Amino acid sequence: MQFMLLFSRQGKLRLQKWYVPLSDKEKKKITRELVQTVLARKPKMCSFLEWRDLKIVYKRYASLYFCCAIEDQDNELITLEIIHRYVELLDKYFGSVCELDIIFNFEKAYFILDEFLLGGEVQETSKKNVLKAIEQADLLQESPKKTLSPIF
Amino acid sequence: MLSRKGRRWGADACVVGFSGGGVGAEFGDPLRERMVVPSLKLQDLIEEIRGAKTQAQEREVIQKECAHIRASFRDGDPVHRHRQLAKLLYVHMLGYPAHFGQMECLKLIASSRFTDKRVGYLGAMLLLDERHDAHLLITNSIKNDLSQGIQPVQGLALCTLSTMGSAEMCRDLAPEVEKLLLQPSPYVRKKAILTAVHMIRKVPELSSVFLPPCAQLLHERHHGILLGTITLITELCERSPAALRHFRKVVPQLVQILRTLVTTGYSTEHSISGVSDPFLQVQILRLLRILGRNHEDSSETMNDLLAQVATNTDTSRNAGNAVLFETVLTIMDIRSAAGLRVLAVNILGRFLLNSDRNIRYVALTSLLRLVQSDHSAVQRHRPTVVECLRETDASLSRRALELSLALVNSSNVRAMMQELQAFLESCPPDLRADCASGILLAAERFAPTKRWHIDTILHVLTTAGTHVQDDAVANLTQLIGGAQELHAYSVRRLYNALAENISQQPLVQVAAWCIGEYGDLLLAGNCEEIEPLQVDEEEVLALLEKVLQSHMSLPATRGYALTALMKLSTRLCGDNNRIRQVVSIYGSCLDVELQQRAVEYDTLFRKYDHMRAAILEKMPLVERDGPQADEEAKESKEAAQLSEAAPVPTEPQASQLLDLLDLLDGTSGDVQHPPPLDPSPGGALVHLLDLPCAPPSPAPIPDLKVFEREGVQLNLSFIRPPENPALLLITVTATNFSEGDVTHFICQAAVPKSLQLQLQAPSGNTVPARGGLPITQLFRILNPNKAPLRLKLRLTYNHFHQSVQEIFEVNNLPVESWQ
Repeated sequence: MQFMLLFSRQGKLRLQKWYVPLSDKEKKKITRELVQTVLARKPKMCSFLEWRDLKIVYKRYASLYFCCAIEDQDNELITLEIIHRYVELLDKYFGSVCELDIIFNFEKAYFILDEFLLGGEVQETSKKNVLKAIEQADLLQESPKKTLSPIF
Repeated sequence: MLSRKGRRWGADACVVGFSGGGVGAEFGDPLRERMVVPSLKLQDLIEEIRGAKTQAQEREVIQKECAHIRASFRDGDPVHRHRQLAKLLYVHMLGYPAHFGQMECLKLIASSRFTDKRVGYLGAMLLLDERHDAHLLITNSIKNDLSQGIQPVQGLALCTLSTMGSAEMCRDLAPEVEKLLLQPSPYVRKKAILTAVHMIRKVPELSSVFLPPCAQLLHERHHGILLGTITLITELCERSPAALRHFRKVVPQLVQILRTLVTTGYSTEHSISGVSDPFLQVQILRLLRILGRNHEDSSETMNDLLAQVATNTDTSRNAGNAVLFETVLTIMDIRSAAGLRVLAVNILGRFLLNSDRNIRYVALTSLLRLVQSDHSAVQRHRPTVVECLRETDASLSRRALELSLALVNSSNVRAMMQELQAFLESCPPDLRADCASGILLAAERFAPTKRWHIDTILHVLTTAGTHVQDDAVANLTQLIGGAQELHAYSVRRLYNALAENISQQPLVQVAAWCIGEYGDLLLAGNCEEIEPLQVDEEEVLALLEKVLQSHMSLPATRGYALTALMKLSTRLCGDNNRIRQVVSIYGSCLDVELQQRAVEYDTLFRKYDHMRAAILEKMPLVERDGPQADEEAKESKEAAQLSEAAPVPTEPQASQLLDLLDLLDGTSGDVQHPPPLDPSPGGALVHLLDLPCAPPSPAPIPDLKVFEREGVQLNLSFIRPPENPALLLITVTATNFSEGDVTHFICQAAVPKSLQLQLQAPSGNTVPARGGLPITQLFRILNPNKAPLRLKLRLTYNHFHQSVQEIFEVNNLPVESWQ
């Protein structure tokens, strides 16, 4: 995966994870164009589109668009599963997640993503393990003096 | 597990210490500067920003807060640094500058507090990248964190390294990461493995470091580790043929792993919709694809397993289909058995029937890639593919179109064309051009009959005329030209199409050309293949004139129409007054191209009437040969500047000229009633070539006015072609500037016995009053002995209700006409 963007129906960015090195200017340009392109899609259209030399996989959950850019040899259908898994993780963590949760706790959204994907690749396929890791990290934050059990 | 609901107003877990609200300190207040001042909490800031009603208001809030944050950074307050940075990261996401936070990231990462590190590393990933020199400064911190042994901290460091680690950082830290590969904790190991993947991408030489541990890692049972390892091996193999060869030997092991996955029952932890860890399955299949490509043995080893996965995977949900899709891709890419390939294509065929649009999309894309290599297998799914033309999503219908065009062959062409023509009528505009050209190309390759081909092109031109490429007109005219038996049919259909609609330019051009060429067939009225149609000359001329005058017609189209009209002057039976009028009107047209044509055609009527029929005769059947067409085009350009899209062929036949000369033998010098001579094709054409119509020509012989009576004049113009010195061409022009029409005009001539005279048919018998269209007539005189020229003329005509007869000898004939 090259990058993942989350944005609202109004085009406001809620999360941006870049796995390729690009300048701030380039990132802004890509974000702007891609958001425009995806928002212009009609509801009955398929979740895949070709954009520049990348394949874009996107899915809308309530008011949020989850948008991934993958390479030519990547499997679009499994990318949909990646997106869905991430949403499930957010949902489990926040308890019926909504856009506001991601707005007010954007750093948590990043932390969760970073336990699921690493360097653009899936690192953990067990929902349980991901959530356990986040839990441990949160505990460490709250009470740094406590000795932690190894995550697993 | 922390529940996050209803916590917006509760304690912020990020804050250690202060929990008061309130805005930051006033800048420049010395007392307060030394205090640890309460700063805005992250979530309060977010609230405030969201509360702004306008863009300007938002900017104001943010600028104010950033000033506080800057101040706080300058003060070096360690306690709230993480909170300040978090706020900065938020406004950064909104698009505001945050570069002044970069150094703060470094400080936070170096802190021993986990809270600080968490935000610090996040900041590093968002604000630092290879372009900033600052990024190297975190290398040391990462190194420390990696060796500290606190798992969450190690996780943060590895995550950051794999997200924004530059080549230098990777080189520096490779040994640390290598150590972590074999640590006991799976949590850290899986992250280390994927970090290694990133490192290899940045510094390919590091492959040698990370290749050896793979074998051992492959024996792990932890899914995360396995997944990472397979990803790592994939990366190694893609970069180095040596690595690829090396890892072929693990194919049996991979097969075993996948088989275990597939046959294991449901596992809550890893299953999705009844499919065991689809992420891992897909990754294994991908690696198998790379290893099996172009390698018989490996391909064979995995054959059975692939068949098993292909047939046993639950396809009711996307997860199963994702695995199935990857399986298909693998099967098609390796050296698989024929039966397996067919199975794979059939799976794609089934995908086409899936109600999920996404599945249909990947199926169409894949089939498109396979249509060349596995044509017959894909052919079997043609009906389904054609159904997909009806998709509402344009990206699907576009793929369906491409695939359908690729599937057309000689046995299904009729049926496919029907579907494609129907599609052309209703498809979205951006697909029209591709569809039209695709249909035309397929028609060209597989047309069962010429008539079908013509019908098809006609249909495309009528439906999507504006979207066809430029050469469609040329192709169609060549096609029609070459199908003699279909001339009548074509001209009839084109006439009907044109009569209905003159807006589609390519159609109009072809129709105009056709009507010009085969106008006689159009009027003849008999054609078995179409209902009989009675068209009269006036209608045809009117239609062409309509095209000529229409504002919808492009200049090129007008050219076609004008030329067609000109051609009809020899095809139709009536007098050519109407045509001549149009031609002379356009002599002053503003469009230069059109004007040139009109002037030339007009000249053709007036001075070169003898050549008109020859120049305008029907083209012979055309060969679709590139070089020949070029030559012919060149010759036609030399001829009379009558340039058209299709080449004008010439057949130099010198022998026919001699035949013509023989015919001129043995006629007396007395008055002759010459039969109108039908110009034979060859002779007249040689004649054509003889005459260099383009200058320079020998000094022209001046015209001679030989007769005038009551406003009626007779003029002679002389031409002596240089190639044939014995030949003299005289064009006689009768003009009428009086108030009364001249009718029943006949001109006869006589020459001395040693000369031979041949009179061609006059252009008409009437000269309308007040400078109406003149009558022209051509005399051909052969004077091989260069005998002095004498010419006697006899005129009879009606003028002012009187019949006139005049006989006289022409005086003052210029010597150049016979010397």
